[in-house]
Amino acid sequence: MSLLELKNISKIYGELKALDNVNIKVEKGEWVAIMGPSGSGKSTMMNIIGCMDKPSLGEVLLDGVDISKESSKKLTEIRRDKIGLIFQQFHMVNYLTAVENVMVSQYYHSMPDEEEALEALGRVGLRERAKHLPSQLSGGEQQRVCVARALINAPELILADEPTGNLDEANENIVLDLFRQLHREGTTLIVVTHDPEVAEAAQRTIVLEHGRVAREIINENFQE
Amino acid sequence: MSRRKMFLKMVTASLLRRRSRMLIALLSIAIGATILSGLVTIYYDVPRQMGAQFRGYGANMILVPSGEEKMTVEKAQECLTVIPKDQLLGATPYRYVNVEMTSRQRTFVAAATDFEQVQSTSPYFAVEGRWPEGDREVLVGKETAETIGVKLNNVIELSYKPEDTYVKNTLNMTVVGILETGGDEEAYIFTTLKAMDALTGVSGQLDVMEMSVSAASEELENYAAEISENNSDMSARLVKRVTKSETTVLAKLQSLVFLVTAVVLLLTMICVSTTMMAVVSERRKEIGLRKALGASDQSIRAEFLGEGMFLGLLGGILGTALGFAFAQVVSVNVFGSSITFQPLLLPITVIVSMGIAALSCLLPIRRAVEIDPALVLKGE
Ligand SMILES: Nc1ncnc2c1ncn2[C@@H]1O[C@H](COP(=O)(O)OP(=O)(O)OP(=O)(O)O)[C@@H](O)[C@H]1O
Ligand SMILES: [Mg+2]
Repeated sequence: MSLLELKNISKIYGELKALDNVNIKVEKGEWVAIMGPSGSGKSTMMNIIGCMDKPSLGEVLLDGVDISKESSKKLTEIRRDKIGLIFQQFHMVNYLTAVENVMVSQYYHSMPDEEEALEALGRVGLRERAKHLPSQLSGGEQQRVCVARALINAPELILADEPTGNLDEANENIVLDLFRQLHREGTTLIVVTHDPEVAEAAQRTIVLEHGRVAREIINENFQE
Repeated sequence: MSRRKMFLKMVTASLLRRRSRMLIALLSIAIGATILSGLVTIYYDVPRQMGAQFRGYGANMILVPSGEEKMTVEKAQECLTVIPKDQLLGATPYRYVNVEMTSRQRTFVAAATDFEQVQSTSPYFAVEGRWPEGDREVLVGKETAETIGVKLNNVIELSYKPEDTYVKNTLNMTVVGILETGGDEEAYIFTTLKAMDALTGVSGQLDVMEMSVSAASEELENYAAEISENNSDMSARLVKRVTKSETTVLAKLQSLVFLVTAVVLLLTMICVSTTMMAVVSERRKEIGLRKALGASDQSIRAEFLGEGMFLGLLGGILGTALGFAFAQVVSVNVFGSSITFQPLLLPITVIVSMGIAALSCLLPIRRAVEIDPALVLKGE
């Protein structure tokens, strides 16, 4: 059974079909990149997979459960238990320190554990910056905190929407290395990107155009 | 770290690290709490203060024998024991006797009393000259002084003929003061009880005891009832003219205080609510993020309510302190006396401010819960 299966998904805003009959399967442990021009429906799709929106038509099976019919309360629970989110704008709670931001995620999931949160920050190379507020961190550092926050509850699926969109080359590589580690550990990754280099790091790239799957590219050069 | 600790950390960090906006909310709660605790203090202190003020208008309770019999000094003293010492500001005995002024061949009412007590139960008595100090000194009411043409330092002879004898008792007295009261007392001649005992040859008798008691009218009534009950031959009554006006003035003042407090609390609620509304829209992204990270509606509610209650707690403590200072200033300036701090006021004020803060947060919290987590994925 696939971890994620989109079956004939459409999202319709009035006249506009942001997603138009999309079919996608993602296996457990797979690393998939999503590309496509602006307005092609990438974020719309991520919202649906991330349990923050529902499709107008079609089914979404996550771990065998159809999430397209669930109540928003149930969706919140599924998101909390199974999904780690990374955004283009880093989105940290600006009055909490780096380690506290990671602990917020633990707090909603189960139990805040400072030691574990510090370890996660260590993984992204920011253990020394744990007590800094977001305003005292660079963009790259903030994004790395967000990666630490996304992986802290060991989610099955990490969704990243343009995770490197606001990063320089060096920080982009740090984040990609982290993704590689997560992939090796068996985490499923779905990464939306405009950057061919980021897409090439994945096993497979799905290209969206006008809300439809235009083509899929298997990355022959993928290295474990 | 426990969940509760993390919750408290988030709530306090939100207030302490993002000060500016929360300061406005805190300030408005503190002001509301100040008015609340200040007015409540005055509310409870005013009866005492006003009571003291009203005591300047004369006795508010009198004790008279219920039958034809006169009462004795001892009996009257015994009745007074019902009233606590610190509430009994003064008790003035009066014995009225018709005496003759020998040189004018006229009869006047002589009121024998205790001049020290008179000054505490009837502070408005104005004396030209001075108060008598010995048993051979008298005060003459202004009206009497004018009709008989008596001046300060004149010596007058008072005489009295006991019923069962033919011999008149006489005493020479020096007029040391002319009494002005604006009332019936201006027709009397005032002597000491001892002088009267000597003149009449009968001692220890009283007609009335006038008392000035620092107590609300209800309490006064209880004292009066207790005295009348314990002593069938005695009757204690309130001086309605004084106690009634005292009660109505207090009732009006207290309802005014109540009204002002209610209005101020309402204004506080509007102000806090508006501020929290602004805070919610300012923190849309953060709330969206929390929801995206898996926060349930319940958690969002708890966090904002927590912040509101924490504000209420701080504002309440601050307000209690400021309110006491405020009440103290009012009391010193208006009543000329200071007030003591009521310890119960702190928990009451804090609980009310926390309640007000929580109520003010209800609408903002509804807005916060409605925020769509998907907004965090939207670029800006
Ligand atoms: N809430 C909404 N109401 C109406 N239209 C919407 C809404 N959300 C998205 N759209 C429209 O749906 C289309 C797809 O939007 P989406 O955000 O998924 O694009 P995207 O592929 O993520 O683009 P970008 O690369 O610029 O982020 C766009 O035309 C957008 O205007
Ligand atoms: Mg997008």
